[in-house]
Amino acid sequence: MTMKFTKNIAVALIAIAGVAGAASASSKADKEPIKQVWSFEGVTGKYDQAAVQRGWQVYQQVCSACHSLKYFKFRNLAGMGYEDDMIKAFAKEYEVAGEPDDAGDETVRAALPQDTFPAPFPNENAARASNGGALPPDLSLIVKARHDGANYVYSLLTGYSDAPAGRDIAEGKSYNGYFKGGQIGMASPLSEGIIDYEGGMPATQEQMARDVVQFLMYVAEPKLEDRKHMGFSVMLFLLAMTIIFYLSMKKIWKPVKEGKNFYED
Amino acid sequence: MAEWETIKPENKALGWFEERLPILSLVHNVVGPGTPTPRNLNYWWNFGSLAGLMLVIQILSGVVLAMHYTPDTAVAFDSVERIVRDVNYGWLLRPMHANGASFFFIAVYIHILRGLYYGSYKAPREVLWMLGLVIFLLMMATAFMGYVLPWGQMSYWGATVITNLFSAIPFVGEDIRTLLWGGFSVDNPTLKRFFSLHFLLPFVIFGVVILHIWAKKVSDSGNPLGIEVKSGADQIPFHPYYTIKDAFGMGVFFLIFAYFIFFAPDALGHPDNYIPANSMVTPDSIVPEWYFLPFYAILRSITFDIGIPGTDITFISAKLLGVIAMFASILLLFALPWLDTSKVRSARFRPTYRWFFWFLVADLVLLTIVGGRKPEGIYPLLGLLGTAYYFAHFLVIMPILGFKEKTLPLPESIANPVVKAAE
Amino acid sequence: MSTKEQTIHGEDGATRRDMLHTTAAVTAGVGGILALWPFVDQMNPAADTLALATVEVDLSSIGEGEAIIVKWQGKPIFIRHRTATEIAEARAVTMDQLIDKETDEERIHAGHEQWLIMIGICTHLGCVPLGTKDGDEKGEYGGWFCPCHGSHYDTAGRIRKGPAPRNLDLPDYAFVSDTRIKIG
Repeated sequence: MTMKFTKNIAVALIAIAGVAGAASASSKADKEPIKQVWSFEGVTGKYDQAAVQRGWQVYQQVCSACHSLKYFKFRNLAGMGYEDDMIKAFAKEYEVAGEPDDAGDETVRAALPQDTFPAPFPNENAARASNGGALPPDLSLIVKARHDGANYVYSLLTGYSDAPAGRDIAEGKSYNGYFKGGQIGMASPLSEGIIDYEGGMPATQEQMARDVVQFLMYVAEPKLEDRKHMGFSVMLFLLAMTIIFYLSMKKIWKPVKEGKNFYED
Repeated sequence: MAEWETIKPENKALGWFEERLPILSLVHNVVGPGTPTPRNLNYWWNFGSLAGLMLVIQILSGVVLAMHYTPDTAVAFDSVERIVRDVNYGWLLRPMHANGASFFFIAVYIHILRGLYYGSYKAPREVLWMLGLVIFLLMMATAFMGYVLPWGQMSYWGATVITNLFSAIPFVGEDIRTLLWGGFSVDNPTLKRFFSLHFLLPFVIFGVVILHIWAKKVSDSGNPLGIEVKSGADQIPFHPYYTIKDAFGMGVFFLIFAYFIFFAPDALGHPDNYIPANSMVTPDSIVPEWYFLPFYAILRSITFDIGIPGTDITFISAKLLGVIAMFASILLLFALPWLDTSKVRSARFRPTYRWFFWFLVADLVLLTIVGGRKPEGIYPLLGLLGTAYYFAHFLVIMPILGFKEKTLPLPESIANPVVKAAE
Repeated sequence: MSTKEQTIHGEDGATRRDMLHTTAAVTAGVGGILALWPFVDQMNPAADTLALATVEVDLSSIGEGEAIIVKWQGKPIFIRHRTATEIAEARAVTMDQLIDKETDEERIHAGHEQWLIMIGICTHLGCVPLGTKDGDEKGEYGGWFCPCHGSHYDTAGRIRKGPAPRNLDLPDYAFVSDTRIKIG
């Protein structure tokens, strides 16, 4: 009886857990994202540092023209394997707003490691005006803000094609089967060889898309490796503790199981 | 209620203190060696202490997160991102709190279902049961307001949808909604009051938990057989027997909890809540957290007005009826001790009720699934059927079953669980 | 019943039984204490705060005899490009003239005698002394003057007159190059 009870509860819990995922899969796109294998997935997942660095290059040279990265600070480059002086040098190439001068006029200064990566547009209206009315979203959390985010971003970046017959695409828009509604304001951004990789890796569309996903995942969750690393130790500790508790429980309960009485009458 | 034993510590300072505030005696008599407890509690009895533990974890992690969170629409989302990115161990504390809510509900739901299966709500434990329901209602309010705080798209639209429910109340609905909002839509005043109440309510829950445990002390724990304790042989001291069993259960529960925190922190969340709130764009579908889905399904399943057929006269609009149904689905549980007319507590000896119990569990799973889907195709019909069964289960089946059901013979005692008739 | 109990004790052996339960209790205790650490450590300065813990300052634009104030960890830092006269004045002072006995050499980095870099908070009650900006009153010793209770500091930032008990404090700093320092 207890077995049956347990089994039923287990089935119910699995069903409930499944719903959360199923519930969010309802957005309307023509195609489901292509499944890719990512190094940061799984219990021991880690970022592929070389890929993250290449992705940073792709972001700087391509994406940053339209997309901001408002939660990304130059100092976060440290987690991607860059040394302090390299980070300073990266930052110095960008200008950010400084404090007003003595006359009260606005000033600019070279960016410092603590500064946010500068946004391409001063505000939403400027961004829309430059992009045919469409707003390029901030990319800091894009991988987490989409269902199956890593695969989604990869599929979107590599998924441009001609529109299916009978589908009208508005002027200035492109067809992308992975995008909700199919019409996307962004033209295919990653054409082969658009950048020269520093290490000499051939810049194919797939390669650039994979690299930029690694980078964007890092931006979305810089602490992912800490999380998984600590999780492993915590689970091991909890497992050991639970086993000790179990043995202790068995020993303590032995007299009860043997029918010992504790109270008179 | 077992006899109250007074502890007299040998240590002089402790003794002095104990005389003035008998806190050791309290522990001794409520969860200590001086607490006679049925010897046959199974693992389903672990979930009460687990729920209590989750409350403590939620309060601890919540207080700590509140040190960094800013309840202002302009920066609420940013402040949460700052917690996760820059605050020491923020990446751990935030998922602990977010997933902690889910695991609190898991513990409480199993605790409630255990009560339903073994008839824990029946005399003399009606007040114990009702206090539990008060805790459940307070938890729902707390969880709802907590989900608004990160100020993502789901936060904002969830708050909008739920607060709009109040506008269904006749005559004063619109005014109540405005009062809740503190404006003309969910906005800064709403966020600030939700934060304030989200901070306050857990301590109210804590207070009701103390009453809940007190009521348990007075009426004593039930047990899987559902029969009264007849002699000392039926009982064992709470400590160390149930403390170690609770500790083991905690270990298992924490293993699963830790898996979610460390390896699937976003699995129970919704990706849309990583998009900052935008009052101009509604997400594709507004889905509450999983633990609200059955009630959300009940709310949405009512799509018809009640009035005089063939005329335009409406007594109760569909919207109001949905709201009433949703609240009634929980409130009717307060009447359960009297709706259940059976003389036997435990479903172990109620073969027919057992079937209906599992049917109810399946119904709740169905409602959970329906609540998470868009109301299209077969889902509205499934939702309506699920809702109908839910109410029929408590309002029709439970009362009738008590009279009609042929229950199995009860065992002689807990210590001697042999069926009398079989001798 | 008494026989039953004896059997139990005989089988388990008191010490082994205690060991297991002690291990269980200790494990739980250690786990609990370890788990508390994140709840404590979150109160320490966060990464964004720490990122502002050091400041680099370019000295090349500060002419001889000029001074600036920069903000470091929420505190004002005085940076003065001292003239040869000011240095000479500071070095001419003998120990018996001082309240808080420190030589000028102890208060600057060797090889960078012209740069006096101090935390600009009066050691009396925490006001910010005058003397950095043009036209500020510099006190009787040509350094800084705290208007709150009348403390006078000399050109090495040492307390010479007034209620302040100590010389102006020095921050940790290093010369990254001849014209660039890193404070903190």
